[in-house]
Amino acid sequence: MGQSIKQNTGRSLDQTIFTKFLFRNPSIVIFLAALGLFTFGVTILGEGVGLGLISTSFVKTLGKTLCLCIIAIAMDLVWGYCGILSLGHFAFFGLGGYMIGMWLMFARTKLIVIESAHNAVLPPTPGEISDAVGAQIFGVVGGADIPLIWSFADLLWVQLIMVVLVPGLLAFLFGWLAFRSRVNGVYLSILTQAMTLALSLYLFQNESGLRGNNGLSGLQYLPGLEDVPQAIVSIWFFLGSAFALALSFIGAMFFVKGKLGNIIQGIRDNEARVRFLGYNVEGYKLFVFTVTAIMAAIAGALYYPQAGIINPAELAPIASIYLAVWVAIGGRGRIYGAVIGAAFVSLVSSYFTGGQASDVSLGFGVFRWTEWWLVLLGFSFVAVTLYAPNGIGGLFDRFNRSGDA
Amino acid sequence: METYRPLSMFLECLKPSFLGCCMLVAILLNAVVFVPSAAAQTFENLLAKHAPLIHKSSSKTVAPALSEIVDFGGSVVQKFLLTWRSKDLYFLKKNGQFVYVKKLGDGGMQLINVETGAAFATVNKAAIKQIKPNSGVRAKISASLVPFLLASADHDERAASLDALARDFNKSHLPLLGAAIKTETNVVLKRRLERAYRFGLIGFGLDEDAIEAAIYELEGDLSLETRAVLNPLLSDKLYVAATLPAGINLARVIVPGKTTKLADGKAGRQSIIGGAPVELSLEAAYNMLVDAAMSPALVSVKARNTALIDAVKDGRIGVEEAAGLDNEAARNAAYSSLVLNGSAAEMINQDALRRAVEGAVFYAVYDNPSQKIVTAAKTVLADIEGEVNFYQAIDLLVDGLSLASICFLAAIGLAITFGVMGVINMAHGEFIMMGAYTGYVVQLFVPNYTLSLLVALPAAFAVTFAAGVVLERLVIQHLYKRPLETLLATFGISIALQQIAKNIFGTQARPLTSPDWLDGAWAINDVLAISNIRIAIFMLGLVFLAMLIFVMKRTRFGLDTRAVTQNPAMASSMGINPDRINMLTFGFGSGIAGIAGVAIGLFSKVTSELGSDYIVQSFMTVVVGGVGNIWGTLAGAALIGTLQKGIEWLNPSNTLAAQTYMIIFIILFIQFRPRGIVALKGRAAGD
Repeated sequence: MGQSIKQNTGRSLDQTIFTKFLFRNPSIVIFLAALGLFTFGVTILGEGVGLGLISTSFVKTLGKTLCLCIIAIAMDLVWGYCGILSLGHFAFFGLGGYMIGMWLMFARTKLIVIESAHNAVLPPTPGEISDAVGAQIFGVVGGADIPLIWSFADLLWVQLIMVVLVPGLLAFLFGWLAFRSRVNGVYLSILTQAMTLALSLYLFQNESGLRGNNGLSGLQYLPGLEDVPQAIVSIWFFLGSAFALALSFIGAMFFVKGKLGNIIQGIRDNEARVRFLGYNVEGYKLFVFTVTAIMAAIAGALYYPQAGIINPAELAPIASIYLAVWVAIGGRGRIYGAVIGAAFVSLVSSYFTGGQASDVSLGFGVFRWTEWWLVLLGFSFVAVTLYAPNGIGGLFDRFNRSGDA
Repeated sequence: METYRPLSMFLECLKPSFLGCCMLVAILLNAVVFVPSAAAQTFENLLAKHAPLIHKSSSKTVAPALSEIVDFGGSVVQKFLLTWRSKDLYFLKKNGQFVYVKKLGDGGMQLINVETGAAFATVNKAAIKQIKPNSGVRAKISASLVPFLLASADHDERAASLDALARDFNKSHLPLLGAAIKTETNVVLKRRLERAYRFGLIGFGLDEDAIEAAIYELEGDLSLETRAVLNPLLSDKLYVAATLPAGINLARVIVPGKTTKLADGKAGRQSIIGGAPVELSLEAAYNMLVDAAMSPALVSVKARNTALIDAVKDGRIGVEEAAGLDNEAARNAAYSSLVLNGSAAEMINQDALRRAVEGAVFYAVYDNPSQKIVTAAKTVLADIEGEVNFYQAIDLLVDGLSLASICFLAAIGLAITFGVMGVINMAHGEFIMMGAYTGYVVQLFVPNYTLSLLVALPAAFAVTFAAGVVLERLVIQHLYKRPLETLLATFGISIALQQIAKNIFGTQARPLTSPDWLDGAWAINDVLAISNIRIAIFMLGLVFLAMLIFVMKRTRFGLDTRAVTQNPAMASSMGINPDRINMLTFGFGSGIAGIAGVAIGLFSKVTSELGSDYIVQSFMTVVVGGVGNIWGTLAGAALIGTLQKGIEWLNPSNTLAAQTYMIIFIILFIQFRPRGIVALKGRAAGD
């Protein structure tokens, strides 16, 4: 699987440059091989087409984890390489999810409405259909009118463009305002956090037209494909997420190893010096910020159909901070570090907080993982920040001093 | 017990005939009782007549008996009703005679005559039976007691009876009130009586001029009751006619689909932005025409569809296929063919509807026929409205100030650690939470709320000071050169502290009860009431500000802190130990957060998430105000507090929206003043 991706992508680029690039960066090959093997294994062991040793819900969890790895790569680019600690990338992730969720929910409700009107004496008029869809979707927030922002929710291609466009524009606008007035460092972090908070508060309102705190639900069913079992759909999304992750990884490596990568790392290390060299620092930062926001949005658009539900709580500032935690533990400034951090921490977290881990009985009481896991995570995060600024990725550096890192 | 005095209002028809003294064991009862001479029957006879109704009374049947008893009048009646209500009335089993009873020490019952108040026999318990009226009956008795108690000698009784009266006012109370006002000596009660009298006059009065005068006398009275009494005077109903009739108390002429209803009952033009909705839509107006039998009924879309469905035979309507009717035009065409057949009523199209509506006059008429009264009510209400608006504006300002003081309290600790030291502490919110929990724990041990508050404030400071020092020593001192990593590390601390609090105290909210003297409110009038806790928080904010300014500007510690922040190396060469100062400053800022936590916990529930609710807002306050300056934090808090309340006022239904717009405003504000409101200049500005 991974091999075929590499070849497919390679064909569109200049073959010789690409092989040279691969030769210089063996981590890509290692990563793609690992990802390919993993994907292949899960597909074989999964319920959908394989042996059925891995449950559908776990396939979904793995697929979601791959999406989290994509946004971690985005976070690593913007923070690890460009030095902008954005506490708002989960907002873009959520927005992407909302955009695709609108189509999933609208199109499916519409099909259900048409189906239920199948035996009516008079076939429904377009007006009646949209009224019924509106009542179905917005009944919970006490309305029946379809808000203006749902105008194109029926068209998949428009919503797919919106997945890129809406978060991209928001990131561009916000970044332009922030970088233009030279807001940086912790101020920028707080500002991005405020933006996330504002967005999630906005989405919490019923007036936002996105069903308030109910969020969008039923996203795991693909419109028109109700007959396909979830086991198969989950595999599709899993493969799609793996493909997107592979593309993101290659893209990100290509990006940071090129001239652009050198400039943005220069900005991270000494912004003023890069500016004095004549580079338009704000432009580069804005570019990285916007592109990573779009990456996050695409990851979100892949994540939420697997999660099945999205609500404004997903966009809360805390989520974006956890993202920073993953990248820091994985090791920032190295793309594979972000992937390892996201996969490791999110899987381990869901293992311990999900109640699967058995409680440890101490002499004076019971140590419950569900209760103490966050405490451990918090303190280990402090420890990583203090004593291992390079995270898990730093371990690899020791084995491979001459490596790319 | 009680001493009864002659009831002045009944003097004319009463004369004293009996004076009885009854010596009791413990207390002297001095009863002065009057009996009507003109009455053909005695009170006892009257009671005997209604005995069955009183023995087994229900709120449905008791009314006639009660009204006759009340008509009898006199303090005898009052005593009887009071005793009946308090379930102290008995009757003799042998002849049904009603008696009062005095329990004697030896278990015997001394009987007291209801009418004369004289003790006449002693029996044992078995000979008498208690009468127990149910709550419905007791309510009726209370209502009948109003005229008696209104003239009672006891101030509290008069006040209570006035309350009872307000709940159940009827026409017969009006002269009673009038009489009570004349004799009332207590100024406050007299004013209340007068107001109740005016309300009664407006509600039940017959004389137009008297009502008008009563309305004008209410001018400047901001209470809700006054508005509730005056507003119904301006109620109106909509009518439709071919031409406007004469001789009606016209409120306004309505143009359907165009005019709105104004506050004074007149018709207004609809404004384009944010105006009131149109009072009467074209469709509603047409339906009024239909109701008045001036136009044929509309055929609704639903009725059309039903008619079409009924007409479908074998999948066809006439020659048309039903399956083709998937749009409005086709359906309308099919329906017109039904109309041509004569099997359906004609649909009214939009033009015809408009013409029919334009051909008629729609108008509103006041329910109250008197123009004088309506004008008076309008004038007084408009006047009250103006004053209410004024006080609401002040209320809004006070709200803003109080939110500002909360912002300030939450942010002031941060103003030191972040503002002065430049250390970004994401666990600051958790220090606030720790303070609040400290207050809660102190209350567990100190039951007196005032005392526990006095203990909790220094205790919270001590706990969070220690926590701050530990955090500084273990984590932050290693990260002074790496601000972004301080943010991350302290965020890890914040996650851990929150979860620890959850593990210790559980997820449910813990109460931090404020002492009684903080619970009340300073009620300036019916519109404006400032709760004491807000005043206290405002004062606390001022105290903090003063203390902080004093510490930073007037103490050695403040001087050292400022020196270390400006230039650690130079400060160190002057003999200041920067490590120690940093540690103490950080502890000081954290300790203040703890005290703020106690204050915040008093008015909001104490949960483990308490801190995270305030952290973003606190950073905003410091950044907007200007980093490194305590006055800046004050300015930031004032701006955020008043602005948020202002936005909430514009859109009162939605506080979430207010917060959203607030944050967007702050993001934009920082674009134009990146260094905040109070920006440091020159060398102090640092970097």
